[in-house]
Amino acid sequence: MSGRLEVMKTYKLYINGAFPRTESGRSYEITSNKGEFLANACLASRKDLRDAVVAARTAQPSWSKATAYNRGQIMYRIAEMLEGRSDQFAQEISLQTGASAKESLQEVSDSVDLLVWYAGWSDKLPSLAGSTNPVSGPYYNFTIPEALGVVGAIAPIDKPLLGFVAAIAPILVSGNTTVALASSSAPLSAISFAEVVATSDLPNGVLNILSGQQSELAPWFASHMDIDGLDISGLPVDQHSAIKEAGVENLKRISSFTEDTEPGRILAFMEAKTIWHPIGN
Amino acid sequence: MNFEYAAAPESGSVVKIDPVYGHFINGKWVNGSAHFNTINPATEEVLSSIALGSAADVDAAVKAARNAFDKSWSKLSGRERGKYLFRIARIMQERAREFAVLETLDNGKPIRESRDVDVPLSAAHFFYHAGWADKLEYAGVDTTTAPHGVVGQIIPWNFPLLMLAWKVAPALATGNTVVLKPAETTSLTALLFAQVCQQAGLPDGVVNIVTGDGSTGSAIVNHPGIDKIAFTGSTEVGKLIARAVAPTNKSLTLELGGKGANIVFGDAAIDETVEGIVNGIFFNQGHVCCAGSRLILQESIADEVLEKLKRRMDKIRVGDPLDKNTDLGAINSAEQLAKIRELTAAGEAEGAGRWSTNCSMPDKGFWFAPTIFTGVTQAHRIAREEIFGPVLSVLTFRTPAEAIEKANNTPFGLSAGIWSEKGSNILWASQQLRAGVIWANTFNKFDPASPFGGYKESGWGREGGRHGLSAYLKGSAK
Repeated sequence: MSGRLEVMKTYKLYINGAFPRTESGRSYEITSNKGEFLANACLASRKDLRDAVVAARTAQPSWSKATAYNRGQIMYRIAEMLEGRSDQFAQEISLQTGASAKESLQEVSDSVDLLVWYAGWSDKLPSLAGSTNPVSGPYYNFTIPEALGVVGAIAPIDKPLLGFVAAIAPILVSGNTTVALASSSAPLSAISFAEVVATSDLPNGVLNILSGQQSELAPWFASHMDIDGLDISGLPVDQHSAIKEAGVENLKRISSFTEDTEPGRILAFMEAKTIWHPIGN
Repeated sequence: MNFEYAAAPESGSVVKIDPVYGHFINGKWVNGSAHFNTINPATEEVLSSIALGSAADVDAAVKAARNAFDKSWSKLSGRERGKYLFRIARIMQERAREFAVLETLDNGKPIRESRDVDVPLSAAHFFYHAGWADKLEYAGVDTTTAPHGVVGQIIPWNFPLLMLAWKVAPALATGNTVVLKPAETTSLTALLFAQVCQQAGLPDGVVNIVTGDGSTGSAIVNHPGIDKIAFTGSTEVGKLIARAVAPTNKSLTLELGGKGANIVFGDAAIDETVEGIVNGIFFNQGHVCCAGSRLILQESIADEVLEKLKRRMDKIRVGDPLDKNTDLGAINSAEQLAKIRELTAAGEAEGAGRWSTNCSMPDKGFWFAPTIFTGVTQAHRIAREEIFGPVLSVLTFRTPAEAIEKANNTPFGLSAGIWSEKGSNILWASQQLRAGVIWANTFNKFDPASPFGGYKESGWGREGGRHGLSAYLKGSAK
């Protein structure tokens, strides 16, 4: 025996910039693809989701009022922090999914690059997606895209880091705040990602991360009246219609995507606002 | 002194109304199996007998639209498609007088509005979208140039022809074919539009019009051969449609209800503001989803605004919609009148103060005097529910933050108004308001180039402008 026992990490939730355990006191075992014990992850409850939505709602106005430049820099800062911990994230991905060291490192690099790609959109998409409109009358008329508000994200089961980043980056960059559900079977990457976020100047409550079961939590995401939009890319397609039906009560904007890099992922969670003002004195 | 106006009625003889209409399917008139009457809401006289579309009629229309999409419309270049839309716009302009009179007869709105707003804007929508048809690759950052295919469109009774134009023009410009259902009480201008399609030589089946009621609309929503649904109407029905469409692959856009806040800051130009308030709530009898139905006044000027508003409201001329001097026409239906009465009764019962103008109204038909409620709280039904009539609820505020708080305290998010003489204040308030259309120092302005649509429970998607096109093109999101 070498004499030193490893200090293991306790994986918890990430709500309002803090790392609480689930209020339910429940956990579930995360194992490697070979069945070895890795960690006890929090099995988040409906109440945890509701707490996270309160945090996200509270954080939303100031995050959306931050300048696009500022949001872009913070997103870029997340990429910087992730890059510096590449090896740790690669190892964690390999342990959970059985991916080779090379594949896992590639997933981390892709995640960093994706964050950088979305960071750069913050001060460009409004130019492309907005317009000035030549109306027939003495009015100045323009349309600007605005953040939707609080947007939920159900991250995919596979690609525990890249899938998670692809879900949250386009939601956050426009000024939305989010509550994201990590991969149910491999949530450790998303929870560790919270540590990256916590050192990136992202204001508390902008990104909240839950671990738990999709089957338990996705319907609560869909029916929550204070969630404005929902990315269900991570849910199996056969569950989409039930989620969409449950989201009708507040006419939630629900979308799913197949590509990681597309501006449509940002625009799906923005609203177009058109403003008229007379010209004259 | 009281200056009476002499009657100045527009002649109804410019339009020829058939005693009975069928559906317009595959470029031909098809007899209906059952019928219902459409009446003039200003006189309660029967105008015509309208076909009640069955599931079989809808099915025939969808088949015609699919056939037209596959065989003719999708084969045309954008440039040729656009030329058909230009033709339609021109014919609508040529027949503007007919459309205006027919709209006023069937809907009850003043001829001044149908003549100056509904009909010219409808033609403008076709002209605007005609020019997009061969430029779709420039339309957006997240759209393709591919149409959905067959589009089912269900439109309301408040702007019958204009809502048709908002739906049909972008659908055709992007290469879709259409099955459209006008509202039960206002089918006639849609049926006249079918004649325009014939005169324009539009290929058979590109536009199909099936008249009917909610059951006809339901048949459209649930038809498996339709690729996209576009609906304008109440939030209640919009949610039913969204639930019906959820398990399918259909796309869906919704333009639903509103409870627009019209905020007047203490520095506003009062006389202009009073005109804007009147236009905001009494335009089209208040049958406007984006109406400024909640007036939110800064306390410092509330008394002055209300006094001037009441004086101005007393000048609103209610009566014969065909009279060119009429400001406020007939309520569209007995059903809508009953709803307005129910909500205004609730306003009184809940303790708000009611004031209505002392106008004379015709004996026959459906009428409601311009009305305001003062002392309204945010909990009152008249502050929360869409009345869709000439009824204004007045609230007050002290600080700008309170105004925004009250304005946004609604599940709706379609429109809002801001009255202030300070530019930075207007832009600040515009940013805070959760609504898709903001009118600053104006209200109820519309244009084909200007995107229209709501936040929150006021709908999904936009109509008009570059943003409206994307609803009819396949996007990157599912």
